[in-house]
Amino acid sequence: MHLALPVVLAALLFGIGVYGVLARRNAVLVLMAVELMLNAVNINLVAFDVWLRDTVHAGQSLTLFVIALAAAEVGIGLAIVLQVYRLRTTVAIDDLDQLAEPPQEAKR
Amino acid sequence: MTAQDVVFALLGVIAIGSALLVVTTRNVVRAALWLVVTFGAVAGCYLVLTAELVAWVQVLIYVGAIVVLLLFGVMLTRAPIGPMNQVDSGNRPVAMLIGSATAATLVTLVLQAFRSAFVHLDRPGTAGVLGAAVFRTWVLPFELLSVLLLAALVGAITLTRPSVGTAGSR
Repeated sequence: MHLALPVVLAALLFGIGVYGVLARRNAVLVLMAVELMLNAVNINLVAFDVWLRDTVHAGQSLTLFVIALAAAEVGIGLAIVLQVYRLRTTVAIDDLDQLAEPPQEAKR
Repeated sequence: MTAQDVVFALLGVIAIGSALLVVTTRNVVRAALWLVVTFGAVAGCYLVLTAELVAWVQVLIYVGAIVVLLLFGVMLTRAPIGPMNQVDSGNRPVAMLIGSATAATLVTLVLQAFRSAFVHLDRPGTAGVLGAAVFRTWVLPFELLSVLLLAALVGAITLTRPSVGTAGSR
């Protein structure tokens, strides 16, 4: 099998994930796009593990670790999102601007 | 073009298509369900790449746990079940530009680097081989990861306790 197929698939999935993180307004949808990016990295790890014929399977072991990390990340992320919803009754990222700098005119 | 190439390309098309639907659909619940299709196709890709254990772990953790957790998040934040307005923020054109630029750069780079590389899928990547690698070579990161999962669990419970955030109630 050509190595180009998995790496191109991973690159495209990563691009889609980047778009999702930047374009989505709902925090849960942003978390979903982050999962897409993590999956793209995992495909790369598995493909290079098989290509390099690694005897200690560094790539596949690291893939298992990344999957466990993703589970921890989405757990913490959803806990934060739920807490934000409880405090603000919204999870729209655009509206959570309390820490943002005020516009230049308003400061003067 | 071998048979593995064809199967992998088909699974890749399914993964890309459903991933595009995840980031473009206006229905939050459907986005989570399209995510299941993406993860399933990626698990199939792992199977083609002879990474059996990783494929089943992908199905168990991603499809079984993470998507369910995301659906819980959708329900608990009372997102509308039907299609939703304003699901994308105002920087959608910029995001489209950055996303396609990232994908184009990475694709040109990896195509130039690995155009003639060929993967030999002749060694079965069974659970026994990978398990021996994890518990002999990578046992310290494995144990560290279990501590990290415990810390994440405690952190998530602490964050979602009702008393947090209501200042002065305790």
